[in-house]
Amino acid sequence: MIEGISIYELLTVSTILFFIGVYGFITRKNLISVLISVELILNGAAVNFVVINKYLYPEVLQGMIFSIFIIAVAAAETALAISIIINLYRKISSVEVKEVETMKN
Amino acid sequence: MNMETVLLLRQEISILIIALLLLIFEIFAGDRQKEGVVSLTIILFALHTGIGFLDMKEGLLFGGMFRTNALIHLFKNILNIGVLIVLLQSAEWVKRELVPQHRGSEFFILLLSSLLGLQFLISSGDFLMFYLGLELSTLPLAALSAFEMYRRRSSEAGIKLILSSALASGITLFGISLMYASTGTIYFAEMGTLISENNLTVMALILFFAGLGFKISLVPFHFWTADVYEGAPIGVASYLSVISKGAAVFILMIFFFTVLKPLIHLWENLFYLLAVLTMFLGNLFALRQQNMKRFLAFSSIAQAGFILLGLITGTTLGVATVIYFVLIYIFSNLAAFGVVQAISTETGKENMRDYEGLYRTNPKLSLVMMLGLFSLAGIPPVAGFFGKFFLFTAAASKGYYFLVFLAVVNVTISLYYYLLVVRAMFLRKSDHPIPHFTNALYMRIGLVITVVGILALGLYSPIYDYIYALSNTLN
Repeated sequence: MIEGISIYELLTVSTILFFIGVYGFITRKNLISVLISVELILNGAAVNFVVINKYLYPEVLQGMIFSIFIIAVAAAETALAISIIINLYRKISSVEVKEVETMKN
Repeated sequence: MNMETVLLLRQEISILIIALLLLIFEIFAGDRQKEGVVSLTIILFALHTGIGFLDMKEGLLFGGMFRTNALIHLFKNILNIGVLIVLLQSAEWVKRELVPQHRGSEFFILLLSSLLGLQFLISSGDFLMFYLGLELSTLPLAALSAFEMYRRRSSEAGIKLILSSALASGITLFGISLMYASTGTIYFAEMGTLISENNLTVMALILFFAGLGFKISLVPFHFWTADVYEGAPIGVASYLSVISKGAAVFILMIFFFTVLKPLIHLWENLFYLLAVLTMFLGNLFALRQQNMKRFLAFSSIAQAGFILLGLITGTTLGVATVIYFVLIYIFSNLAAFGVVQAISTETGKENMRDYEGLYRTNPKLSLVMMLGLFSLAGIPPVAGFFGKFFLFTAAASKGYYFLVFLAVVNVTISLYYYLLVVRAMFLRKSDHPIPHFTNALYMRIGLVITVVGILALGLYSPIYDYIYALSNTLN
């Protein structure tokens, strides 16, 4: 717990992180930026878990453990996404969403 | 933890062992024996499927993180059968395309890891296991979608799947964290007793729903479906459309019917809205598709809408009908996908126009396709009719008459586009029909299993009775 900072401020920060991520995911034109936005969403959730655990339910460490798993899985996810992006880049020499998309309804 | 309790993990352990054996095979097999990986996988997996039908005790593991009972065990067996059919149907494609590139065993290992994730997902007893199962099942699938490295569309499908699944799981995680905030636990059993209705839980419920809605491809989260199905290898697309969707439906049902049962009047409305949207959107978009894979993608979105009709009830009858419908859906959709796979492997053609005059050159294949499509559309003698009929009965028994009416309208729309394919195959003539070809042995076995399944499930009623009897054990 941090002196002088209540749970409200911390939850506000994590919620803002989450929505910045969602906004970025929708508006960004570059695959790498989209990936970064997804990371922001995951980090928002991870911060949420830690804060809730620390402030509301400090007896059991469920939230802390959960956030560690989130970080690990997010790393795997990013690695896979990056490798697909690299493979795509080799073919079309671009990571712009516009140029990646060929299939349309 | 003694031997008895470890045996509760029997299904998962045996999948893991198969995957490890394939890794070892890959190391020690010479270049000429590499093709053996296909037969090895299929034989091992058939063995695993057979052993799966042995009795399993109920119980909890890891302090309640992992649980199993008769219903979960039944559903794991259903998934096993589905994956076995997918493996049989993709065998020929793997032999021709992947084995020369020395990537045959990778394909199977990734597919089995994804199945492992799904099995953990449906056995999960807390959110941590749930999340890990969800990710373990999605990540290999993204790699599989991008598996044809030399085709641009495959990479496109992979990147679309991984990015949208990451978004969906991120939103789900945020929802889980809010649920954790309101109850102070991540275990399903404790959460069921502690959860109460307030603004925080409502928001948590909606956010949480995103991840599963994504896997089932319900309407606001369906954008990836058609593109991924079109770009990904057909075996992977059929896996996505039946196995991963079926497992997600099952865990959604378990979670909402047990843990969120006190909030039923909230999620009833959510399901109502999504069912209507999903059915109409899936069906209307399916009308104008020419590519068979896209066509089947939108048809599978529409079918997900029908499944929601059973989920909306929250009763034992709902559970039984949904499981029965998913079982039938697995067989019918795999019959359709199997034919598309066979034709695509042989000739590379995937358009509906290429199917014209198929009956004259390949009568057996067109009959299988017809049976599968009839079952998806719900025409009486085949199983699909009973599946839909029971779903509608379940919804009507709770008084959702208008929803059932809308669903019937949708069945009519869907009949039109399913019959378009049948018409192309049987009635149209073509100057350049697909020439006659003989399928490989594994493909034939795969198609025969689906046909037997479609016919047997519709005509042999004890299967439904058995599922209904087990549905009482859900809680």
